[in-house]
Amino acid sequence: MKLNKLTKTGVFKSVWIFLFSAALMTYACSSTEPMMDVDYTSPTVNSLSNVDSPTPDPRVGLGAGLFDAEEAIWNLNKLSSTPPPEAFLGVTNSDLAFKGKYAIQGNYNGVLVWDISDPANPVLVKDYLCPASQSDVSVYGDLMFVSGEGLSGRLDCGTEGVQQAVSDERLRGIRIFDISNIEEPEYVANVQTCRGSHTHSVLKDPNDDENVYVYVSGSASVRPEEELPGCSDMSPDDDPNSALFRIEVIKVPLSNPEMSKIVSSPRIFEDLKAPPTHGMSPADAIEIEKARKAGAFIIEFNGQETVVPDRFVAQLMTNALGVEGEPTAADSAALREQLPAIVARMFGGGDGDGEEDDRGGPTQCHDITLYPEIGLAGGACEGYGLLLDISDPANPTRIDAVADSNFSYWHSATFSNDGKKVLFTDEWGGGGQPKCREADPMEWGANAIFTIENGKMKFQEYYKLPAPQTSQENCVAHNGSLIPVPGREIMVQSWYQGGISVFDWTDPNNPVEIAFQDYGPIAADRMANGGSWSVYWYNGAIVSSEIARGLDIFELEATPYITQNEIDAANTVKLDYLNAQGQPKFVWPKTFALSKAYVDQLERNKELDNAAVKMARQSLANAEAANPKVRKKILTELADKMDGMASDNEKVKMLAESVRGLASNQ
Amino acid sequence: MPSAKKTLLINALLVTTLIFSACSSSKTTSSSNSENASEQRNNQPSIAELEEIYWARIDSSKMNFTEADVKFMTGMIGHHAQALIMSGLAPENGASPQVQTLAARIINAQKDEIASMQTWLRDRDQPVPEVHIDGLNLMIHGTGMDHSNHMNMAGMLSQEQLVELSGAKGKEFDRLFLTYMIQHHQGAVTMVKTLISTDGAAQDEQAFRLSTDINVDQITEIERMKLMLSKIESESKD
Repeated sequence: MKLNKLTKTGVFKSVWIFLFSAALMTYACSSTEPMMDVDYTSPTVNSLSNVDSPTPDPRVGLGAGLFDAEEAIWNLNKLSSTPPPEAFLGVTNSDLAFKGKYAIQGNYNGVLVWDISDPANPVLVKDYLCPASQSDVSVYGDLMFVSGEGLSGRLDCGTEGVQQAVSDERLRGIRIFDISNIEEPEYVANVQTCRGSHTHSVLKDPNDDENVYVYVSGSASVRPEEELPGCSDMSPDDDPNSALFRIEVIKVPLSNPEMSKIVSSPRIFEDLKAPPTHGMSPADAIEIEKARKAGAFIIEFNGQETVVPDRFVAQLMTNALGVEGEPTAADSAALREQLPAIVARMFGGGDGDGEEDDRGGPTQCHDITLYPEIGLAGGACEGYGLLLDISDPANPTRIDAVADSNFSYWHSATFSNDGKKVLFTDEWGGGGQPKCREADPMEWGANAIFTIENGKMKFQEYYKLPAPQTSQENCVAHNGSLIPVPGREIMVQSWYQGGISVFDWTDPNNPVEIAFQDYGPIAADRMANGGSWSVYWYNGAIVSSEIARGLDIFELEATPYITQNEIDAANTVKLDYLNAQGQPKFVWPKTFALSKAYVDQLERNKELDNAAVKMARQSLANAEAANPKVRKKILTELADKMDGMASDNEKVKMLAESVRGLASNQ
Repeated sequence: MPSAKKTLLINALLVTTLIFSACSSSKTTSSSNSENASEQRNNQPSIAELEEIYWARIDSSKMNFTEADVKFMTGMIGHHAQALIMSGLAPENGASPQVQTLAARIINAQKDEIASMQTWLRDRDQPVPEVHIDGLNLMIHGTGMDHSNHMNMAGMLSQEQLVELSGAKGKEFDRLFLTYMIQHHQGAVTMVKTLISTDGAAQDEQAFRLSTDINVDQITEIERMKLMLSKIESESKD
């Protein structure tokens, strides 16, 4: 073709056409509605009111064995199972703490340090022989704390025990180690206490960088005065210095741990009067109403409404009203009228409050969970659940106390992340007894969930391991921690030989199990002590200290009850260390996983309609695939839309906030 | 087959084998962490050996006990058994719902503890008290202790007191039950104190644990019962 045929005008035209189309395309690409929607997959999401748990429960009837027991597992992946080193085998594995890539496992023979950077292959980096029961461990900075209360613990870490009832070789209290080289812990100090240390909790005061505080919970017998001066087991009325009715607070100077000492022994149990029983749960109240409508006889007893059982009704008809044969409607009416008077005669009228009584209350706490970020602590103190104010760490004060009308004797506490709920566990039987048999009541040896309103605790519901266990399996509620799924309260908890249970207690009235693992009994013919002592979530790994079998590590499996997005969002929480009794406050960085998790939850709870859910998912997918500038635009628009839809729905607002936060990071 | 093809085949086989062996060894060297782990596992005893060590250690840990521990366990079995008798009266004697719940809890807890203590003794080849309850009568067989010995333990009710309790109904039962059970529990706490004041006692982990659990649970129950009792007593003053 001859160049001169392509006149300037012709070329000009085609250039312009080209430029124009290019401009159009650029405009189209950068517009808020991308030309092409990105593909994405929707997770399957199901409501918690209809959990499809395996039936029959596979935890029933599991074959026995030590390292080869049958196993049932649901919605969890087991990454590894590692037996203890030989010198620690056949000795109880106890509690866990975490620092960096290490899991520190207490054992009645001392402490095991595991490198769990590859959770499928834990590596033992140190086994430190220093017998003590229960070897409850905590870490802070370069220090490790270990509890001892048994009579055979020695100051010199010897294994020969202590044969004298009074001995200066005995350690009952807290051992302190320097773990700046965690593979070679250095025993630097100890603090003796009157009752030893059953467990302990470490509190870092946000206003004090020089010290940490250790709250010591001791429940064993008081030492003789000759062994540790100042220890008295007399009633505080007879001896104000009694070791009963107090907790010990140890102040640890971080740069001079050998100067650690007890600084106060606050009496947080003073003047605990008739414990307010927790009263009826909302579920009980509904039952009472149903019974009332069905014509049952209701009496008020001890300030609480109770249905009178039928056989008592029959007795009352005969004895109190002189009715013979079948009662008539008139008889029933008469009984209803007379009931309060009859009850008053039988049991004494009123609810008997306001009496000054002799010292009533616990003498020690079994375990205290400190949540310094919200200034609260939950004390499980021999029958009382205490709510403590710890804004002054050396001087905790009591805000509220509850006792359980089912006589649960609480042993530990866990707060929800927002501090609005607290869960107490009842370690009925001390952990050495089988309390999950068919005939054992579901209110005993279980968790009790409370809401906290204006500093007052209000009972909601119990949660207990749903699967019955055999008489050969010690089983009861024990240690656990929150899994940081944003927007929900999910806890993973150990139940000794009942295995581990993951449950959602976001709705305090309806705790629901969503995952579990269990072994058959260690021995088929006898109760051998074993099972999970503690199980905690730490940086994506669910780590269980198995009393007999060693260290088990799991991860969550994506299911309709926890989606992969929710798991991913949980795993954006990175902890530098963890002491479960020093509860950390979870904060979620703004990520796509976080936003997607909220969308999944809004779909699950039907708080957003299908169209909105679809729109949100598509926007997020498009945003994720786009360049930062476009991404920001898409996210901002999505946030605006969500804000518009929110009205007073908290979670939609959280979604909007999370999306907006993500946008501002672009 | 022609030698060229044969050579080719052999080479192919060699290469394939090399590839497979290279692949399998690369698994264990993929990270130094898992290398350490698998090396640790290679140096560790087998599962069967681990189990042997485990059970041997469990058995030998049972040998670290004293006469005081045996006396404690033997006595406490009888002590607990009386609590079962007392608590068993609650339903038929018209105890309040609160007292009935408490009694049920005491029965469940102490029954299991009796079983644990019997196991403890059996494991150490000591005479095992067998408990036989007939109404208000408690009989302990198998220890060579005569029938009346167990009545002398701290806090135990006399037969007269038991009869008195069994005759009480309703609120009177509540009052007597709480009074007597407080005394009974205090006896158990005393027995624990005696145990740990004895040289060499409760070195055995199970003995320490059982005695401590009994101590804690019963101290807790004493406090709750004191509160319940004072409520009843204040009501009866009205």
